[in-house]
Amino acid sequence: MAAVNGEAILSVDDLRVSFATYAGEVQAVRGATFDLRRGETLAIVGESGSGKSVAARSIMGLNPVSNTIVRGGEIVFEGEDLLKLSEKRMLDIRGPKIAMVFQDPMTSLDPTMRVGRQIMESLKQHLGMSGSKAAERAVELLELVGIPNAEERLKQYPHQFSGGMRQRVVIAIALACDPQILIADEPTTALDVTIQAQILELLRELQERLGMSVILITHDLGVVASTAHRIAVMYGGRIIETGTVREIFYDPQMPYTWGLLASIPLPTADRSQDLIPIPGTPPDATNPPKGCPFTDRCPYAMRICEDEMPGYTTFSDEHRAACWLHHQLAPNVEPPARIGGAK
Amino acid sequence: MTEQTRNESANGEANGRPLLEIRDLKKYFRVGRADLKAVDGITLEIKEGETFGLVGESGCGKSTTGRVLVRLYQPSGGEVLFGGKNIHEAKGSEGKDLNRKMQMVFQDPQASLNPRMVVGDIVAEGIDIHNLASSNSERLDRVHELLETVGLSKEHANRYPHEFSGGQRQRIGVARALAVDPDFIVADEPVSALDVSIQAQVINLMKKLQRERDLTYLFISHDLSVVKYISDRVGVMYLGVMVEMAPSDELYSNPLHPYTQALLSAVPVPDPDVELERERMVLEGDVPSPVNPPSGCRFRTRCPYATEACGHDEPVWREVSPEHWVAACHCIS
Repeated sequence: MAAVNGEAILSVDDLRVSFATYAGEVQAVRGATFDLRRGETLAIVGESGSGKSVAARSIMGLNPVSNTIVRGGEIVFEGEDLLKLSEKRMLDIRGPKIAMVFQDPMTSLDPTMRVGRQIMESLKQHLGMSGSKAAERAVELLELVGIPNAEERLKQYPHQFSGGMRQRVVIAIALACDPQILIADEPTTALDVTIQAQILELLRELQERLGMSVILITHDLGVVASTAHRIAVMYGGRIIETGTVREIFYDPQMPYTWGLLASIPLPTADRSQDLIPIPGTPPDATNPPKGCPFTDRCPYAMRICEDEMPGYTTFSDEHRAACWLHHQLAPNVEPPARIGGAK
Repeated sequence: MTEQTRNESANGEANGRPLLEIRDLKKYFRVGRADLKAVDGITLEIKEGETFGLVGESGCGKSTTGRVLVRLYQPSGGEVLFGGKNIHEAKGSEGKDLNRKMQMVFQDPQASLNPRMVVGDIVAEGIDIHNLASSNSERLDRVHELLETVGLSKEHANRYPHEFSGGQRQRIGVARALAVDPDFIVADEPVSALDVSIQAQVINLMKKLQRERDLTYLFISHDLSVVKYISDRVGVMYLGVMVEMAPSDELYSNPLHPYTQALLSAVPVPDPDVELERERMVLEGDVPSPVNPPSGCRFRTRCPYATEACGHDEPVWREVSPEHWVAACHCIS
C-alpha cells in the first residue's frame, strides 16, 4: 500500500449540513474537514448517525433538496466549490467525474430495467456513445468487474443476479465513465463474508488498475484495515481523528477511537474476558452538545469537554485528533487496550 | 442435578448433559412444485449451560434450524428431544410448558416489538400467558425487576418501543425472553443490527445472564468473530447441512473443512499488519440454490479442492478428534 502523499484531489473544509424535520433541525454534519488524495483510499469510519453518509452525499449533491440546509463550508474539486454549483453543472460531475456505490444493490438498481440498459444509460448520456458502442463498452465493464457471460447477463434483470453479482453491476455502472473519484457507501454491509471478501478484493484491484481515488464509508474496522490508506473517524457529525491506517490502529489518540477498537471481538480474543463496550448512546443530533460530542460516554471526560469543542492536536504529518486530553494541563491517560503488537 | 454439576453450570460451563438432542432434522418449504431444502438432515446435541454457536452465510438454514427448535416450525423429518421428549409431538399444557422453557430473541429489535404496546406489557406478555404472576402488583414487580436486570430502568415500562435506541430495544427483547424463566434461548442474530460499541454491551449482558441464570443458548450469527467470542462450541452450516462442528477454540485454530477455512479466511481482521501478511482464500461464485442443491458434496461447486468424485461421494459425518466433527470428504484424512 502506498499513495499517502499525493496531492489533494478533493478538499472538504468545515462542512456543515442540517436537515429540517418536524422535530427540529437535525445537525448531521457539524464541521467536517478532510481531503482525498489522488490514488488513495480514504476510509470514513463511524457508527450510524455519525454523519458519514451525509458527508458523502453532500459531495455528490444527493441530499434531498426539500429539507437540506447547508450551514457552511466548502467542497473543492477541480478548483470549484461543489456546494455552489448549479444542478445542471453537477450533472457533468456526478457520474463522469465522481461516482458512487451504495449499500444495498437491490434498491440501487431499477428492478424493471435490464442490467445492460442501466449500464449504458450513463455512457449514452455523458459520453454520447451510440447504442452499439455503448453495448460493447458495457460488456467490457461487466468483464472488468468479474461477471462471466457478460453478453448474456446484459439482457437480464437485477432479480436474476445474486447479491454479490448485483453489487458488481452497481460498481460497473459507477465505473462506466471512468470517474476520478469513487465513493463507496457501505458497499459490503449487505453481503455475506465470502462475498464481501470478493467485492473488497475487486475494489482494491480496480483502484490499483484504474488509479482512482476512493472514499470508503463503513462502520466495520476490519474492512478498513485491509483496504484503506488513511482513516477519518467520525462521531456526532465531526471528524474526531484522522491518520494513516497504522496510526489509527496502533496509536489512536482519542477515547472514542480507543473504545471503537476495544469493543470489537477479535478472532484471537480471550473468551473469559468481557468485551469493553462504550457505555451509553450517541448524542442527539437535533440538540447536539456544545462541547465534545463524546463527553457523555467518555470515561475520561473533564469539565471543559462539556463546554467547549477541542481543537485538533497534531501528532504527525497525517495524524491529528480532537481531544482535550492532549492539552498540556490535562492528566496523562493511557489507552485501555491496544490492537496488534507493533506500534 | 448434583451439587457439583450445579456449581459448574453456574460458572457458565457446560456440564456435558444434553438439553436438546437433534436427530437428522429436516425442514423443507414448498416453492411451486419443488421443495426448498432449508435444513436437510442435521444431528447435534446442545448441552445444558453451554452456548452453541451456529454460523453460515445467508440461506444456509441456520435461522430455520433455530425456529424449528423453538417450535415455530414443524420439521419435515427427524426429531428434536428436550429432556428426552419429542418437542414437536407435545400438545396442550405440555406444549405450552415447552413454549415457556424455550424462548427466542430476534435479529431486528424494531420489527420484533409491537409498536402499539408499552414496554411493560411487551415484557409481561409471557407472564400473563403462563399465569406466572398472582396479582397485578407482583406482575409489575417482575417487569421492573426484569428491566433492571437487562440494564434499563423501571420508568421505561410505560414507554413505547420507538422511544428507545436499537441497543435498548434489543435489551427489551432479551427481557421479554427472560420473563418466563426459560432454560433455553435461541438468539437469532441478536447483535447484527447494532453498532459495534452497542454490540459489545448486548454480548456482555447475554454472557452475564447466562452465568446468573444457568441459561443454554443457541447463538445464530453470520459474524464469526462474535460467534467465537460467545460460544463454547460452534457448528458451521452450508446449504442446509452441517459441515463442521467443534469447540470454539479448536474450530478457529484447526478448521478442517475447506468451507470453514474459506469462511474464516474471508473475515477481515481489524489489524492492518495481520491483514497485510494474510493469505486470503477467496471463494469463487455464490451459494447454489437450496431447491436443487449439488449432488454428493454440496460445497463442491465452490470448493478449490473439488474432484470429479465429489459429485457422487457423500461426505461422511465423522468425529475426527474428540468433539471435533466434520463432514469428511477426500480432503480430510
